[in-house]
Amino acid sequence: MTITVAGEKKEYIEGITLAELIVEEDVENPEYVTVSINDEFVASDAKDSTVIKDGDTIEFLYFMGGGR
Amino acid sequence: MIIRMEYQLYDDIVEYAAKHLPEEACGLIAGEENEEGREIKKVYFLENKDHSSEHFTLDPADQMAAIKDARALGYKVFGNWHSHPESPSRPSEEDIKLAYDSKSSYLILSLMAKYPVLNSFHIEGKEVTKEDLRIYSEEYYY
Repeated sequence: MTITVAGEKKEYIEGITLAELIVEEDVENPEYVTVSINDEFVASDAKDSTVIKDGDTIEFLYFMGGGR
Repeated sequence: MIIRMEYQLYDDIVEYAAKHLPEEACGLIAGEENEEGREIKKVYFLENKDHSSEHFTLDPADQMAAIKDARALGYKVFGNWHSHPESPSRPSEEDIKLAYDSKSSYLILSLMAKYPVLNSFHIEGKEVTKEDLRIYSEEYYY
């Protein structure tokens, strides 16, 4: 199936979960990344249960913050 | 890594950050990149969700909107910027701790002195490296 990850079209096997995709994409510090699928944010505890579907658009958004 | 930006963009950041004093101001940077470095083409001015003079946090929804806009322009979001109203242009302990993306450039604008100071940093783990930030105009290189 074809999905779009961070703006790039990629081929992945059917049935891959979001948690598996995060590993495949080598996402750094995934515990601090908010994921959106088709513009909907995914709850952080739903990464294992979320199955990616053909045509999905996925974005990885790092927590961005800091202090003085 | 060489980070280039036109003087006008720098000026826009300074103006926006000064207007938002005493709060920290923040946003994202986007542009083009190649093996030699990055050229900042667009600066995003985003809400500091903390509305604090000592902290900043970006809203993921704002980040997403900026990413989409940048992509539509053919640019890539490759870092963020924030201001330090009363501290130097260097990552604080909290900045380092919360720098989760080692591929990002982290720009910090200090407004503590008479003249603003802007630097760019690569942060990986606890290691901080100053990037080669070059602010230029058509006539001059700084």
